[in-house]
Amino acid sequence: MDFLTSHLLSLILFLPTVSALVLLFLPKDEAKLLRWFALGASLVPFALSVFLWTQFKSGTIGFQFEEKYVWYQAINSSLHLGVDGLSLTMVVLTTLLTPLAILASFSVTDRVKPYMMLFLFLETGMLGVFMAMDLLIFFVFWEIGLVPMYFLINQWGSANKEYASLKFMIYTMGGSLGLLLGIQLLGSLFGTFDLATITANWNSAQGYLLGFPIETVKTVAFWAFVIAFAIKVPIWPFHTWLPDAHTEAPTAGSMILAGVLLKLGAYGFLRLVLPLYPVESHNYAGYLALLATAAIVFGAFAAYGQKDFKRLVAYSSVNHMGFVVLGIAAAAYAAGTSDARIAMDGAILQMFNHGLSAAGMFFLVGVIYERTHTRNLEDFGGLFPLVPIYGGILIFTSMASLGLPGLNGFVSEFLVVRGSFPVLPVFTAISMLGLLFTGAYILKGIKKVLHGPLNERWAHGEHKLTEINTREVLVMIPLMTLILVIGIWPAWILDVINKAVMALF
Amino acid sequence: MAFPVLSVIVFSPLVAAMILLLIPAERKTEARGVALAAAVFALLLSLWVYFSYDKTAAGYQFVEKYAWLPQLGISLYLGVDGVSAPLVLLTGIVMFTGVLISWGDFGEHVSAGIQDRPREFFAFLFILASGVFGVFVSLDLFMLFFFYEIAVFPMYLLIVIWGWIQTREYAAMKLTLYLFIGSVVALVGALAMYWVAGQNTGIYTFDMLQLEKAGFSASFQNLWFLPVFFGFAVLGGIWPFHNWSPDGHVAAPTAVSMFHAGVLMKLGAFAALRVGIMLLPEGAKHFQWVIMLCAGVAVVYGAFIAFVQTDLKYMIGFSSVSHMGLVMLGISTLNHDGLMGASIQMFSHGIMTALFFAITGMIYDRSHTRQIPELGGMSKVMPFAAIGFIIGGLVSMGMPGFSGFVAEFPIFMGVWKAQWLVAVIASISIILTAAYIMLAIRRVFFGKMPEKLEGHITPITVLDKVAISTLCLLMIVIGIFPSIMVPMVETGVQNILRLLGV
Repeated sequence: MDFLTSHLLSLILFLPTVSALVLLFLPKDEAKLLRWFALGASLVPFALSVFLWTQFKSGTIGFQFEEKYVWYQAINSSLHLGVDGLSLTMVVLTTLLTPLAILASFSVTDRVKPYMMLFLFLETGMLGVFMAMDLLIFFVFWEIGLVPMYFLINQWGSANKEYASLKFMIYTMGGSLGLLLGIQLLGSLFGTFDLATITANWNSAQGYLLGFPIETVKTVAFWAFVIAFAIKVPIWPFHTWLPDAHTEAPTAGSMILAGVLLKLGAYGFLRLVLPLYPVESHNYAGYLALLATAAIVFGAFAAYGQKDFKRLVAYSSVNHMGFVVLGIAAAAYAAGTSDARIAMDGAILQMFNHGLSAAGMFFLVGVIYERTHTRNLEDFGGLFPLVPIYGGILIFTSMASLGLPGLNGFVSEFLVVRGSFPVLPVFTAISMLGLLFTGAYILKGIKKVLHGPLNERWAHGEHKLTEINTREVLVMIPLMTLILVIGIWPAWILDVINKAVMALF
Repeated sequence: MAFPVLSVIVFSPLVAAMILLLIPAERKTEARGVALAAAVFALLLSLWVYFSYDKTAAGYQFVEKYAWLPQLGISLYLGVDGVSAPLVLLTGIVMFTGVLISWGDFGEHVSAGIQDRPREFFAFLFILASGVFGVFVSLDLFMLFFFYEIAVFPMYLLIVIWGWIQTREYAAMKLTLYLFIGSVVALVGALAMYWVAGQNTGIYTFDMLQLEKAGFSASFQNLWFLPVFFGFAVLGGIWPFHNWSPDGHVAAPTAVSMFHAGVLMKLGAFAALRVGIMLLPEGAKHFQWVIMLCAGVAVVYGAFIAFVQTDLKYMIGFSSVSHMGLVMLGISTLNHDGLMGASIQMFSHGIMTALFFAITGMIYDRSHTRQIPELGGMSKVMPFAAIGFIIGGLVSMGMPGFSGFVAEFPIFMGVWKAQWLVAVIASISIILTAAYIMLAIRRVFFGKMPEKLEGHITPITVLDKVAISTLCLLMIVIGIFPSIMVPMVETGVQNILRLLGV
């Protein structure tokens, strides 16, 4: 037991990789065995992270379950892991969504082995970012996650996969170039990559650096970090890779992409940008809020204009992640006030909530696409009587996305708006108008798919639409349960988040 | 007396070459067997040197010294330090994998590898290997030149006889002329050091450890640093003297390309470091900006040129220019991080590029084309090679978790400390590399196989797989556990820093 608690994080982090390596040696034609093994292997980290949640003491300030191992001693970087309330939430989200994504991929028949291995590698990459307490380790895992996602889109994606995957890769790598340079600058300045040490030294740094006043250097470095994370979130106008990547990715890939990968960007803001650049964050919070508002409004409009169901959901991610950034901007602007904390609580909860609802929405789009081989909204219509259970689940999940009170989206968006309004009234007001269009595009999606005149093509014959099956319902049940539970009783998760926010800001 | 492991490593390939030439020409399998045995022998010894090198003691180890021409102060003086020990290991690995992938038909019929006169091929290859080992372990300046020429000369024959028929004569001549001119210029500098050191101290010697203490004046160092450094750096493919290298890579047969890009280019960088920087440290400081400029141009320019290539081998050739530029860039920082990164990059790039050329060779032997647009869908027939190429590609773009990152990151840190602007500009190459590598992977290994290739592509052999997995594993292990190599390299770097007086 002692071993378990003292190595809990590294176990959660590396078990998926170990499982992927075991998978390598299983026979490649036994698709069933491979699927069940991958599912089982991904459930272990989930169980461990639930255990982590129960063992986590939310009242304690600072990081818990810290582990430190020698990694690259020559440049003073070590594998330093730890979680606080913020990262714990994200770790649980990741370990929850990965088994669901794997379960959702049971319908994949093409090269099951590499597919499952990539998913498990991806899980390690994502978890590493959330657990890293060393700047270099953060970057290592940040980049590692890219590779499996690239190949998942590139190999198992739909028609336009090559364009989309390369765009995803180049965009993200281009964005992280500034991050890399920034990390190198900090590392060579302070001779260490330990996040706590760097934060302390960097904030107290004064005078001249590289021949420029320190303020100038900090501003440039601030934007280098911001752009890297803004591309990942994505914030308007850096979002154009997202609709392509989401649309072309295989269903489970989109689930993880929207559910977790986008959160990496927002997490970067919270973990690195705000602590490292409090002054710059305050100074430029207005710009950030402007971009967030643009993302909310334009994202909603763009989603409304889509004919492709999956693209509609993809743009809804731009719209929803805009609220996360709005919350972050408000918190940065009014750091230390209670409004800032509320906005921050809302932003973090929104990250979690969007992870649930976006993964669910992408999965539901995948379910209908697998049966009809089309995503064109005009091709559907009146499907509710044919597939009542699917229709019910779709409406439920859409409502969570829309922010219906009683479901999780409402809680987090309300908190963001409540926290931001006193701080940034104009932007928040415009964003609220954007919410109106959120309702519009979601209702449009539901209407085009489920209501209206029935497209006879799906009613009879070889194209007859079949109801959602048990496995698919099983994917949705955990998501729907959490959506409902957080909507009705958010205190259990907000408590953890709030204590972390109190400690951090 | 201890077992003279270094001289055995240096001369065993030479002996193997002699034995090979005694085997009747038609007994190809026996010739290959002897070659493999000799390569395994050298590999095991270099592994032994690597793992028994005492990191806490540091300095030169396994030292051997035999008088050769005492009247002129020349001796066969061998030893390894933290920088050269990994390079000796690298040579052992490339030699081993090079023999494996040149084997050709193994059990099943595939028309690949070296079919024409394998006996002579391996003999020349081993003479070259002998020279390479010799340069890495020489502590005597004269012997260093001696082995340097031994390494360059067989290259000419290997390319002219076994190379790509269309450009082999041109490329071999170009390569040889470039390298000889470079080494002659460096040799003049070396002789100048010999005389001046003799005048200063009264002892005429080529012993590099003595020359380090010769106390060359600043004006002498400034005068001779550039000729000596660039004379060697030509072989390291430094811009603007890189032109021979892609042509040479393309014309050479597979195993020779592996040696050429994997090891021979390191010879240039290593000799430039050992002779140029370590013997003329003041000159190095004075002209630091020149090296940094040329290396920075090589990094970015090489990546741009690689990006527009349609020939797979040219693409890898120019990517080598870009990556060797990073080595030079690391050296030019003259600080701990940069030098350490450069040393690791030499090893990492050697392994990576050997892997690239091995796989390119496998593809060319089967498809008879290297034009990227004419290829496609290779992963269906040779999935193992596809995975190997992808891993090589990830190393090449400096992806964390692989050896490339472990090497490039400290290089960039060092450049930040020396001249931050160069770091920012050089980082462009990271994106370019990612783009061209990803595009090449997609076009060559995925998509649809062109119809005229359908049915002509045979799977790779077991030996090929052994070679690929050896190289891949090394890159992953170093990427995940840098501590396997870094502490040793650091000891070598400390010695260089001591000479530089930093």
